[in-house]
Amino acid sequence: MTEIKLTVNGTARSDEVEPRLLLIHYLRETAGLRAANVGCDTTSCGACTVLLDGESVKSCTVLAVQANGRSVTTAEGVVQEDGTLGVVQQAFRENHGLQCGFCTPGMVMAATSLLAENPHPTEQEVREGLEGNFCRCTGYHNIVRSVLAAADKLAGSSSSTEVNA
Amino acid sequence: MIPASFDYEVAGSAAHALSLLAEYGEDAKLLAGGHSLLPMMKVRLAQPAVLIDIARVPELSGIRIDGDQVVIGATTRHAEVAASELLRAEVPLLAHAAAQVGDPQIRHRGTIGGSLAHADPSADLPMALLALGGSVEITGPAGIRTVGADDFFTGPFESVTGPDELLTAVRVPRGAGVPWGYQKFVRRANDWAIVGAAAYGGRVALASMGGTPLRATATEQALQSGASISEAAQLAAEGTSPGYDFHADVDYRQHLARVLVKRALEGKTG
Repeated sequence: MTEIKLTVNGTARSDEVEPRLLLIHYLRETAGLRAANVGCDTTSCGACTVLLDGESVKSCTVLAVQANGRSVTTAEGVVQEDGTLGVVQQAFRENHGLQCGFCTPGMVMAATSLLAENPHPTEQEVREGLEGNFCRCTGYHNIVRSVLAAADKLAGSSSSTEVNA
Repeated sequence: MIPASFDYEVAGSAAHALSLLAEYGEDAKLLAGGHSLLPMMKVRLAQPAVLIDIARVPELSGIRIDGDQVVIGATTRHAEVAASELLRAEVPLLAHAAAQVGDPQIRHRGTIGGSLAHADPSADLPMALLALGGSVEITGPAGIRTVGADDFFTGPFESVTGPDELLTAVRVPRGAGVPWGYQKFVRRANDWAIVGAAAYGGRVALASMGGTPLRATATEQALQSGASISEAAQLAAEGTSPGYDFHADVDYRQHLARVLVKRALEGKTG
């Protein structure tokens, strides 16, 4: 067992883990955060996407020990302090950016990372920025619309566009 | 899918990583981004007894100019290579190739050294390094040796890097203004190339056309003798023996090589 210390959604944690424990299993089973899903389990579908030091990663292909000393953000972590949805989440809701919802936590985190790197993406840049996330329901159009709406909202707000915006 | 058990060691320096390699020998594998190794471990194609994490070694990461070359630390991630203003200006082919790897999440984790050491003949960066005529620095018990791209890849998923050695840096020529093109033919987003072609000056490299990334030597020689791009590109598949799979058979891959090399020589990217 190896001790890891990391920050998850702003809260410091310390846990003893097996080196082979994947970050997705650490988040879901050790930390009890069930937003990120196990989808394909092969670095393809993006349902397990979380932020590692603010950048999107597929947590099925990261070991928990690799997150030692780092900061992890899941979809639970982008909810605002008063419990209302974060800007990206709200944009998905308003633009029908989800149907079954399985891919949504990963989509929201991939979109959050994309908007942090590129606050004013074109539609094409959104499509390419989400190429690591599969949705089997929507046909993607409303997801792209949601991300563009979130970008507009973030650009219009006075707050910064950092991770938990 | 869960990897088999292993012990986990964190290297604090390149020298420490080498001493850990010396201690554990072939039972150990180096871990940087883990985006080639962990998928193999999850399906138990790889079951190393020890993982040596080199991702936290500062000296192995970064991009700098050294004379007429740009030196890229082995654990520099694809996203950093793709976004580097220095590389976009001095070695645009490499920045472009890094931006074609996988998807954004993969590029946030995967590293240039990891991709080259993995030596997948269908991957972007091995082909890019070969087209550029770059080299890799390999550090071992006897010191540092520099191996050119033409000699580095020895077979599918095999390179000259020994089990007691560490790929520490990648060297590519500065070439602002040198004509280049890059073509990657895929059926799905974030896939490996069914066939890839990269052209840089008079050098032309192919992906997925054999057990290693290959030079299109007949094309290069024709260009040198004054042939037109169209004539030279017709020779792109000479001497290649690509594999076949459900995406493409041998004839189709050779056809793609001719088409993609022509486009790459015309300076097209895609």
